[in-house]
Amino acid sequence: MRLVLHVWRQKGRSADGAFARYEVSDASPDMSFLELLDVINERLIGQGQEPIAFDHDCREGICGSCGMMINGVAHGPMRATASCQLHLRHFNDGDEIRVEPWRAAAFPIIKDLVVDRSALDRIIAAGGFITAQTGSAPDGNAILVPKHASDGAMDAAACIGCGACVAACPNGSASLFTAAKIAHLGLLPQGQPERSRRALAMIAQMDREGFGNCSWHGECQEACPKSISIDTIGRMNRDFLVASFAGPEKARVGDGED
Amino acid sequence: MQLDARIPPGPLAQKWENRRFSARLVSPANRRRYRVLVVGSGLAGASAAATLGELGYHVDCLCFQDSPRRAHSIAAQGGINAAKNYRNDDDSIRRLFYDTIKGGDFRSREANVYRLAQVSVNIIDQCVAQGVPFAREYGGLLANRSFGGAQVSRTFYARGQTGQQLLLGAYQALERQVGLGGVAMHPRSEMLDLVVEGGRARGIVVRDLVSGRVSSYAGDAVVLATGGYGNAYYLSTNAKGSNATAIWRAHRRGAAFANPCFTQIHPTCIPVSGEHQSKLTLMSESLRNDGRVWVPERKGDARAPRDVPEDERDYFLERKYPSFGNLAPRDIASRAAKEVCDEGRGVGPGGRGVYLDFADAIRRLGEAVIRERYGNLFEMYERITAENPYHSPMRIYPAVHYTMGGLWVDYDLMSTIPGLFVLGEANFSDHGANRLGASALMQGLADGYFILPNTISDYLAGARPGEINADHAAFRDAEAAVEARTKRLLAARRKRTVDSIHRELGELLWNDAGMSRNEAGLKRALAHILELRDEFWRNVNVPGSDAELNQALEKAGRLADFLELAELLCVDALNRTESCGAHFREESQTPDGEARRDDANFAYVAAWEHAGDGKPPVLHKEKLEFEAVHFAQRSYK
Repeated sequence: MRLVLHVWRQKGRSADGAFARYEVSDASPDMSFLELLDVINERLIGQGQEPIAFDHDCREGICGSCGMMINGVAHGPMRATASCQLHLRHFNDGDEIRVEPWRAAAFPIIKDLVVDRSALDRIIAAGGFITAQTGSAPDGNAILVPKHASDGAMDAAACIGCGACVAACPNGSASLFTAAKIAHLGLLPQGQPERSRRALAMIAQMDREGFGNCSWHGECQEACPKSISIDTIGRMNRDFLVASFAGPEKARVGDGED
Repeated sequence: MQLDARIPPGPLAQKWENRRFSARLVSPANRRRYRVLVVGSGLAGASAAATLGELGYHVDCLCFQDSPRRAHSIAAQGGINAAKNYRNDDDSIRRLFYDTIKGGDFRSREANVYRLAQVSVNIIDQCVAQGVPFAREYGGLLANRSFGGAQVSRTFYARGQTGQQLLLGAYQALERQVGLGGVAMHPRSEMLDLVVEGGRARGIVVRDLVSGRVSSYAGDAVVLATGGYGNAYYLSTNAKGSNATAIWRAHRRGAAFANPCFTQIHPTCIPVSGEHQSKLTLMSESLRNDGRVWVPERKGDARAPRDVPEDERDYFLERKYPSFGNLAPRDIASRAAKEVCDEGRGVGPGGRGVYLDFADAIRRLGEAVIRERYGNLFEMYERITAENPYHSPMRIYPAVHYTMGGLWVDYDLMSTIPGLFVLGEANFSDHGANRLGASALMQGLADGYFILPNTISDYLAGARPGEINADHAAFRDAEAAVEARTKRLLAARRKRTVDSIHRELGELLWNDAGMSRNEAGLKRALAHILELRDEFWRNVNVPGSDAELNQALEKAGRLADFLELAELLCVDALNRTESCGAHFREESQTPDGEARRDDANFAYVAAWEHAGDGKPPVLHKEKLEFEAVHFAQRSYK
């Protein structure tokens, strides 16, 4: 199949960027979108030009490295699909496709389609964990976790940290990312002692990083390759409110179910 | 070079306790005077860095990805083994130990494997405490499933994303330490050399992948947890960035490389679809709990799978290995699949595929149960192939997945270079000639959470903290060597792209050093590798400069190392004229086509010493002594 790509090229963080046009006349519908970029890059190198820089690694939709706006949609047109798992059979012969990096104040562009998402790591470092020093754990079956709590935690924990939610949000908010971690840990009995502290610390860090606020636009859950529900944001806001009134020391042992 | 495994005295079950008691300690107040460099942030690296940080050491942790959470452990699907015996099905530490030794075809070290089985139970506890959302029964207790090579249910799992959840647990513990200041995290940083001075590992040379700047980190110990070398084959289930540069550079600096020919081919991967293929996707071994593997009885049978009547199907794993059936271990299942395809009975384009069929399980349990167990894997399969596995069987074929070989380490996980420790897939220690499913996660976390943090104190207690800093001439020399090599990679600017050469290397390894090997093929491969290496340095085209983010340059450096490692892999495969585990030498098989070991001549670890460019590597043998188990023909019939 024949495809025409308009890809954002930008040499570095402070350089000016522009779209460059690339045409591929022999793409296979079985190729993934990243394999199409591979083909273009092989040809660019053959012509002595610099290949398009893009983050990618596992190419199985789990590492969260890849991510690009494809025709203005984070990760492209398929629901619940990361860019690496998007196959060309979902495009039509002759399509023109616009490819851009994530665009958000908190994700500075490094080069071409590569952005700096380290702000997400700093949100986790602020409180996205359960303090459990190695060696101090009780027997795994000493902590009973109801199946639905474990399932709910797993739904939220499926987040791959790709940043699509931020890129999709008109406010550039990291609320879905942050809320997913707060929901994962807050649904489990192990996560209760730090629940209030966690919500306060993670949200404060999110604000410091320059992410916008949530205004319930809902585009984040549509863009999420793991279909994480916007309900987690409601949960985060509730935890934040309770913690704001009661203080970070309010341990909520036993109320993981609310 | 002397190989001393330093296996502690005492009965097998007491060795680990004896070792911990005999180890010299660093007191809590002194730990902050020591700096430990951890390269890699997968299960082994992240858990080690987090735990060392908790203990009070200064830790620098580096990864080439943009975040430690992206290390390839994240992609492990099926589960993690532990000898909890929560199922009351006769599991025990001894049985997990025995299964692992047998699964590895008696080519691993007893004491290490026993310790792994002992520690396995602590891993589950640790992960639960961190909030890993393992699958649960309705009563709130942990659920289990079965994996290949075992007749008990000891695998813990989090849907088909167990590696992701375990890694996020370790990553969160690591980020907690980053927040507390005990660990400095350096993402987008690639180790390009090891610095050895006065016979000890002193630090590493690193390229900042964004700025291109080459700099040095000095440390009192260096820990490599950089994964395996499966990507030497170009097409593998590894992530695109997975590479052997750190371990290969360490090997060139004096670390022995053990059993490089032990490479695992996983039986259940989605087959290659075309020339453009950039990597292969695994379908978890757990699918073989409910899926049945078959091909048509007749050669060239082109009927749709549902039109092939039951009595014209060959469920070849169930037929050949009735007691383990579809859960035969990976090496055996892969060879069986290759064999039926070689006979012309393979399915799908090119005839390189076999069916993995869920029709019986769906009839027996209902689609909802299958969806609950494997939903995300089925979705992934459909996304890639556009076929619905609930309605028609999956098509699968073996692919390179894991490497049991790696840097040689002693019982303390220290390499032949004092002060250089190697964890997880990067070392050779626990899986012998074949790894059982759900054991890689176990080993990575055992090494990182429980073994290294205990054994490293003995080394550090005997070292003077900060003895050599990054201003030392040894660092300048290593930096200069790295920069010179980078310039050389950029200098050729000729015809061939890195990927085109890498693809060629992969094809030749797959054909002559893949699922089955013979003398003529290995010799052919060796000659071809030398030509290809020459071609690479003469004709490679790496655009751009070294002072920027340059992904073509990164790939070129990694391929240059794979081109050297591939040679050692073939040399080792040529040397080991027996068949064992994943290493199948056609010259050494039983009348019914199974691997025939040669215990009299090959019950050893082959540890290779780098002797200099253009010189043949030197073989050192660590004899494997078995006290608790006896050699047996490995049978899954």
